[in-house]
Amino acid sequence: MYIIVALYNCNNSRFGDISLPDSNTPQDINTVINRLVAEHQHRPGALLPLLHAIQDNIGYVPETAYPQISKALALSVAEVHGVVTFYHHFRTHKPGRNVMHICRAESCQAMGSEALEAHAKKCMNIDYHQTTEDNAITLEAVYCLGNCALSPSVMMNDEIYGRVSPSDLDALIAEAKA
Amino acid sequence: MTTKIYIPRDSSALSVGAEKVAVAIATEAKNRGLDVEIIRNGSRGLYWLETMVEVLTANGRVAYGPVKVKDVPSLFDADFINAKPHALCLGLTEEIDWLKKQQRLTFARVGVTDPVSLDDYLAHDGYNGLKNALKLSGAEIVKTVTDSGLRGRGGAAFPTGIKWNTVLGCESDQKYIVCNADEGDSGTYSDRMIMEGDPFVLIEGMTIAGVAVGATHGYIYLRSEYPHALVTLNEAIEAANKAGYLGENVLGSGKAFHLEVRRAAGAYVCGEETSLLESLEGKRGLVRFKPPLPAIEGLFGKPTVVNNVISLASVPIILDKGAQFYADYGMGRSRGTLPIQLAGNLKYNGLVELAFGATLRELLYDFGGGSATGKPIRAVQVGGPLGAFLPESQFDTPLDYEEFTKIWAVLGHGGIVAFDDTVDMSKMARYAFEFCAVESCGKCTPCRIGSTRGVEVIDKIRSGKDHAKNIQLVRDLSDTMLNGSLCALGGMTPYPVLSALNHFPQDFGLPAETQAG
Ligand SMILES: Cc1cc2nc3c(=O)[nH]c(=O)nc-3n(C[C@H](O)[C@H](O)[C@H](O)COP(=O)(O)O)c2cc1C
Ligand code: SF4
Ligand code: FES
Repeated sequence: MYIIVALYNCNNSRFGDISLPDSNTPQDINTVINRLVAEHQHRPGALLPLLHAIQDNIGYVPETAYPQISKALALSVAEVHGVVTFYHHFRTHKPGRNVMHICRAESCQAMGSEALEAHAKKCMNIDYHQTTEDNAITLEAVYCLGNCALSPSVMMNDEIYGRVSPSDLDALIAEAKA
Repeated sequence: MTTKIYIPRDSSALSVGAEKVAVAIATEAKNRGLDVEIIRNGSRGLYWLETMVEVLTANGRVAYGPVKVKDVPSLFDADFINAKPHALCLGLTEEIDWLKKQQRLTFARVGVTDPVSLDDYLAHDGYNGLKNALKLSGAEIVKTVTDSGLRGRGGAAFPTGIKWNTVLGCESDQKYIVCNADEGDSGTYSDRMIMEGDPFVLIEGMTIAGVAVGATHGYIYLRSEYPHALVTLNEAIEAANKAGYLGENVLGSGKAFHLEVRRAAGAYVCGEETSLLESLEGKRGLVRFKPPLPAIEGLFGKPTVVNNVISLASVPIILDKGAQFYADYGMGRSRGTLPIQLAGNLKYNGLVELAFGATLRELLYDFGGGSATGKPIRAVQVGGPLGAFLPESQFDTPLDYEEFTKIWAVLGHGGIVAFDDTVDMSKMARYAFEFCAVESCGKCTPCRIGSTRGVEVIDKIRSGKDHAKNIQLVRDLSDTMLNGSLCALGGMTPYPVLSALNHFPQDFGLPAETQAG
């Protein structure tokens, strides 16, 4: 019996298994959010698990969902907004088809992450928090992926890559754009 | 006969291709009609050898590494499944010097067992600690943990037994055990290795904590950057529930313990225990004023034990082998072992579990093998992004909480990041301020504003503008942050900043001779 761990990316939806097609309508999104709200609203400290579930399923937390969320959890819209924006993980806009995180923390710096960063920005012609013109890749910074024994590290969607050279990065970019 | 082959599912091993290697080995074995069973273990922690593949033989496990997909056909040609020689053969795993020199207590099973197999866990002394604990009163369990000398491995090094005792002493209809698995410190990965490589030991440790203090619900607050750990933890929790090691009636004791993983959302400050509790309650991760202590008014206002992964994962062996067994390791008031994580610019990076007392130099050279680039090691940062930078003159400091305090440094979570002589320490100081600015929760001014000001002042120093005045400004600013911050994010950012300035003044345009020891 072979036990192979497979956690490969599913449309940026970290851990999610029900991603919507690219052409989802506001009604689709609304239906999904209603379902997720019903699923999570009664858990203690429900807001974070709910936000995760939403982002897993549709790739971001649409601001249009704030009223639904706030009503279900008896919070103000401002409170929901405050939580979403406090955490680096949550985003309120649809990202590119892939999300690349480059580790900026010390161990990776010691192994050349700055050059890698510069290379990535130049090749993709974008800065952090931006998306390539063809919508293939959104670039984000991350501060340690726990992969410091094999620095420098990059995460593409849910997969972590260690000892990443500029040419490895080129290959990752090419794959994401294909 | 089926041959057992071990290929790690640890995310660092996966980061250099372990999944592809596993697929290639499975495919090749099938094509050749060979009968093999592939077990996805944790990592042994010899990361420069990942992907390390092990084959079980009559004499023990034989290791090969680092294996790449392209090596797979030649491994089969050499008949590696019968442990035959190959250029990548490392011999018996247990005989590898790097591993043999360690004292693996908390990490005894990591890399050895199948992380999600309860049977494998039980076959390797798993749950002996809980079984002993269930025969003791809460106070006796707490006393055992106190007597072991275990101190929190999350950074603050507070005695674990004393914290538990406070929670035990609280009357409440509900208490909680919260595991801090936010592991935000750069240069650290031991929590991840436990959760991916031996999740049951953490589950057992939390269950013992619950039984000890009378808590029936536990949460693991897991950083969102660890998707693989989430999968292993959930698989293990499910298995423990099914077999009665978790749930309403733990091992028929009549005691309940329920466990749930909650995902963090990428805020470093949420590793601070009160910010973490706010986050678990579904709020912004603003640091709380103390008192009240979380032990008295913690999650949802109830008495709560908050402990780091390694603290909790060290409890089972203490309850299994006794307080004295654990306390016999270590030096001074630092008892037991510390899982040290070697990172950055070293030749042999990985997990080294040793009794407290080894020197930095032993770790950097005997284990680490010197720098990966072959240049001299110029600086090391110990204890994460809020830890001090140490110059070569301090490499003989033993790893011990008090010895580190004496040189104005911290051990923290046990991460050691090495830099070679190309490092620019003024840049590292700038980064420390920048990190603080990115991650500040915003509750107090010295941290929120001071960090951004710090970046600007370092930039001025680097460009030589009003040099003497700005050096003084960095010192004043650091002083304000040290004394005026609510938590250690603002309060300890001056450690990397001032240690860089004091030990490496030449990088700030100052004469080298002003160096302060
Ligand atoms: C900014 C900041 C970040 C922290 N991050 C972590 C962390 O990621 N993991 C952790 O266990 N402790 C972290 N701590 C320490 C916790 O506040 C707390 O001391 C610890 O969880 C207690 O567990 P222990 O006694 O087992 O170490 C952090 C503290 C601060 C101030
Ligand atoms: S020191 Fe910084 S992170 Fe800590 S409470 Fe104050 S503002 Fe928040
Ligand atoms: S510092 Fe980059 S993975 Fe830890």
